[in-house]
Amino acid sequence: MRRFEYFEPASLPEAVALLARYQGRAQPLAGGTDLLVELKEQLRRADCVVNIKKIPGIGELSFDARKGLRIGALVTAREIEVSPIAIKHYPSLVQAARELGSIQVRNRATIIGNVCRASPSADTLPPLIADGAKVSIHGARGMRSVLLEDFFSGPGKTVLKPDELVTEIVVPAPPLRTGKIYIKHGRRKAMELATVGVAVTLTLEDEIRIVLGAVAPTPIRAKKAEALLRGRKIDAALIEQAARAALEDCRPISNVRASADYRREMVGVLTRRALKQALDAIR
Amino acid sequence: MKISLTLNGEKRSLELEPYRSLLDALRNEAGLTGTKKGCDVGDCGACTVLVDGKPLNSCLMLGVEAEGRDIVTIEGIQPAPDRLHPLQEKFMQLGGAQCGFCTPGMIVMAKALLDENPDPTEDEIRFGIAGNICRCTGYTKIVEAIQAAAKEMKK
Repeated sequence: MRRFEYFEPASLPEAVALLARYQGRAQPLAGGTDLLVELKEQLRRADCVVNIKKIPGIGELSFDARKGLRIGALVTAREIEVSPIAIKHYPSLVQAARELGSIQVRNRATIIGNVCRASPSADTLPPLIADGAKVSIHGARGMRSVLLEDFFSGPGKTVLKPDELVTEIVVPAPPLRTGKIYIKHGRRKAMELATVGVAVTLTLEDEIRIVLGAVAPTPIRAKKAEALLRGRKIDAALIEQAARAALEDCRPISNVRASADYRREMVGVLTRRALKQALDAIR
Repeated sequence: MKISLTLNGEKRSLELEPYRSLLDALRNEAGLTGTKKGCDVGDCGACTVLVDGKPLNSCLMLGVEAEGRDIVTIEGIQPAPDRLHPLQEKFMQLGGAQCGFCTPGMIVMAKALLDENPDPTEDEIRFGIAGNICRCTGYTKIVEAIQAAAKEMKK
């Protein structure tokens, strides 16, 4: 690794001030499972690394039946994977967390790190967006809150400014009769990046969100497919129509993991499968 | 920076640059070369150590983050200098190690797995060691060694 300055700020204002002082040349460190790889492989430059793990109050995972799940910036993928409350109310997020890297990686990697890295294929993003998650952002000018769906601006890019930190994600509590599914498609069972990821959060005859990962520059909602299903009684014929509509919603590229055509095809297959499984999960 | 930590049960202090990985710090500054450097980017698991009881890739942690932590490496797995851990014994007896490069990480990971779940199924073992790549064994012998060690440890 190249030489960098290193800080362990003891408060949020101190951390944000450091990020502001280095203007884009400072990188926050939480889990480090992306940052250290990118520093070693010289994909990212840091004159300064700001370890945020000494900041109090940003490591909490808590649930409230009205407000939902609050995931602090230091909460790891592994904590979500084994959390009884997450397993009960946020099963698609838990599934995504389980499929991220290895246990060793998940013991370090944070959910918010996965979000801020903004990889189009990141596993936790489709279920979080499908669940209507919001991110809380702390900056020198105060706090703001952004719907996760609007947080991403491209591969590896977000609306986060260089002197801002995401401190928390809030995921609304699920209404009754809600089914949630995340299906990751890859070539092997573990240590894989998604070729296609599909998350469905379906409340019976009410709201539905379908989110597609790895088939566009950012995770995207399958809005045509959702419009066909929203508020309706869903049967096999409607699922078929929605699966076809989802194909038109995605804009995949070809790369080393799969061709665009294959990805588009799999969006149809996995959307159909995820919708069926979400319905089964409610019944 | 100077850091203090507990390393295999012993209080140690190390002088580290902040841009040194825990893995490099263990192998160089601490002189413990049992932990192996394979990919150095968190894919292979050869550098697995326990930090406060949790398995992680030491290549993906800064050495300075070990301040105040309790770290166990493969050198700390043996219960006594003249005794082996059941995992070490079973890996030897049942062909769980061939070239041996993945073995330290594999054994540390298996220990973490058995600490949490003393009676794992084959699927749970395979899920647990998904982040430890072995190029030689095809994993079957490793899974069998972990199962045999689990049995031994319950006695």
